Amino acid sequence: MNRIDGMDNGLLVVSGSPHIHARGTTSGLMWRVVFALMPALVCALYYFGIGAAVVVSTAVLGCMAVEYVIARWLMRRDVGFVNGAAALTGLLLAFNLPSNLPVWMVLIGCVVAIGVGKMAFGGLGCNIFNPALVGRVFLLLSFPAAMTSWPLPEVNRLTYLDATTGATVLSGLGDGTVSFDVVGETLGCTGGSLGEVGALALVAGVVFLLLTRVITWHIPVAVLGTVVLFAMAIGSNVGVELLSGGLLLGAFFMATDYVTSPMSKWGCVIYGVMIGVITMVIRHWGAYPEGVSFAILIMNGFTPLINRYVKPRKFGERRCR
Amino acid sequence: MGRFKESLWGMLLVMVAFCGLSGALLAWVHVLTTEPIGQAAVKQRIDAVADILPAFDNNPVDEGVSVDLDGEPRPLHVYPALRDGEFVGAAVESYSSEGFSGDIVVMYGFDVSGNITGYRVVSHAETPGLGAKMEQWFRMPEGRRSVIGRNPVADNLTVAKDGGDVDGITAATITSRAFLDALHRAHECFKAYCETYNNQGV
Amino acid sequence: MKFLNIIYNGLVKENPVFVLLLGMCPTLGTTGSAMTGMSMGVATMCVLICSNMAVSGIKSVVPPSVRIPVYIVVIATFVSALQMLLAAYLPALNATLGIFIPLIVVNCILLGRAEAYASRHGVMESCCDGLGIGLGFTAGLTLLGAVRELLGTGRVFGAEVYPEEFGSLAFVLAPGAFIALGLLIGLFNAIKSR
Repeated sequence: MNRIDGMDNGLLVVSGSPHIHARGTTSGLMWRVVFALMPALVCALYYFGIGAAVVVSTAVLGCMAVEYVIARWLMRRDVGFVNGAAALTGLLLAFNLPSNLPVWMVLIGCVVAIGVGKMAFGGLGCNIFNPALVGRVFLLLSFPAAMTSWPLPEVNRLTYLDATTGATVLSGLGDGTVSFDVVGETLGCTGGSLGEVGALALVAGVVFLLLTRVITWHIPVAVLGTVVLFAMAIGSNVGVELLSGGLLLGAFFMATDYVTSPMSKWGCVIYGVMIGVITMVIRHWGAYPEGVSFAILIMNGFTPLINRYVKPRKFGERRCR
Repeated sequence: MGRFKESLWGMLLVMVAFCGLSGALLAWVHVLTTEPIGQAAVKQRIDAVADILPAFDNNPVDEGVSVDLDGEPRPLHVYPALRDGEFVGAAVESYSSEGFSGDIVVMYGFDVSGNITGYRVVSHAETPGLGAKMEQWFRMPEGRRSVIGRNPVADNLTVAKDGGDVDGITAATITSRAFLDALHRAHECFKAYCETYNNQGV
Repeated sequence: MKFLNIIYNGLVKENPVFVLLLGMCPTLGTTGSAMTGMSMGVATMCVLICSNMAVSGIKSVVPPSVRIPVYIVVIATFVSALQMLLAAYLPALNATLGIFIPLIVVNCILLGRAEAYASRHGVMESCCDGLGIGLGFTAGLTLLGAVRELLGTGRVFGAEVYPEEFGSLAFVLAPGAFIALGLLIGLFNAIKSR
């Protein structure tokens, strides 16, 4: 608040950066994102019942525990235990998993997400890749069968490991075993990972994030816009491409992660467009049915490069030339 | 010597000498290994065929023929197996484009009555851990996975999901269908081969 | 004793996989199992010992300004000979290692040792250096291969340690190579800094 007060008086106060202070803290921001995911969580619990509860709580507690253990005993750091970031990683990881995934697999996902994806790079703020996606992709590569047979919603409320499964829209459309139902997909009545059912709930969460300015619109709009244009260009069903798979979850909550996305507006647009393109290329020509998580991870790797060449204009700097 | 070594001619001489020496050494090794390499290559191909066929005493690789099928863009290769001059079966290298990514190429073995005696996946680009499991899956004894010993005419060899009698690979139905598609193509080819074979009475 | 020291140096202090970080292409590409990793290491070691001795033997006749092309010719000769011998007598191994055998030519370890060591030392020392570095490379590849095979398929050298369905297949695939190598290097450094 120093600077603003000073400007009001026509005086400048000299101090070290950052100059503009707000009440927000890292942990606070993370908890806000967690809050924004609550409608989707309620949706997941409604459709998948026990399985969703088991997977979500395992992932969240697992991630927090792994972070605590590594920070406390391997890195010998002083740690505040209740850090929203680890909980958020756990929640996002859980949202990318099917509700019948065995607990031990979820825990492997937690260890890889936090241990390899985050702490190996030095902890919060130092990681190159989105930890939740690192965990998910590792699980997908490791246990492809378990990670691609999705329990059907509603009928599986009381089952966990022995849930009845079906293909998701994306993998099923190709061979005609699954018919696509826009209404069903929007409200959440199709098989899928915890977070990909119920587009409406995800949209509600992202509207909250946009309104509270936790994220800006650039990345989600760039990702979704690219996917829509790409789908129209190759004559694919736009509704399917947009609403199925982890696209909404990825575009809203994963691609917009602060640490791993570019800083400038144009950087974000480039980043988002590329995520959209890579997603579509993998979906249509790749060996895996869904490409959102691979696309985001690949562009995470490009983020430092984008930041280097597409710099945000410094405050007060004029465009010259 | 020191000055000559650094001159253009010196450098040329050294390099030419080493290249010549290296060439001579490689030529010697080449002569030494040509025959074993040829034998190893033939043995490898015969072993591959022998793995999926009933016992034979001819050389199926050398006696292999290409068979054109109606409505197929490319010919399939058939490796006939004979014992004491008697036709005992054949291996057919077949393919399918129905896989998840790219073509899969599989070699199937059939005995005289068309029962499947074995198969070997030659090349594929399916997902590791999912479709790639077909290399083992369709010979596993569990459930109705194995196609070995079954007959594409007598048995309904389609994926259980499509009402057939074969348990597809978990979470890789598309690859399973492609595998069976290639199997049926191979069997068509085998039938066509047998007809010409019988007509010619060779 | 001196020769033992040279070997120890290559095996531990200047381990090509964990310390020098040389030859990353075969390190990542052929360590899907302990067996293939070890085979690759041994193949590289054979070429390395031969090329080290040859380079050391010819060092006085090679003009310094063309030494690099001459070394490459020497290394390429041994690699080509090795590939022909493998194709003739160990065809299965040759098929498994495939392109990685010819690629030994461009492995930095060979040219690096020729340039940094063999061209300045006697034939016996160069032979020991080749043996030490080669053993270090083999040990590194075998260890990485064993770790990946164990975590990926539950086996080591094909012997089952735990049921395969609990293995994380990702470790056998390319991303797992990077993760496992990174973790092993970290472990190596942690032990060394104790």
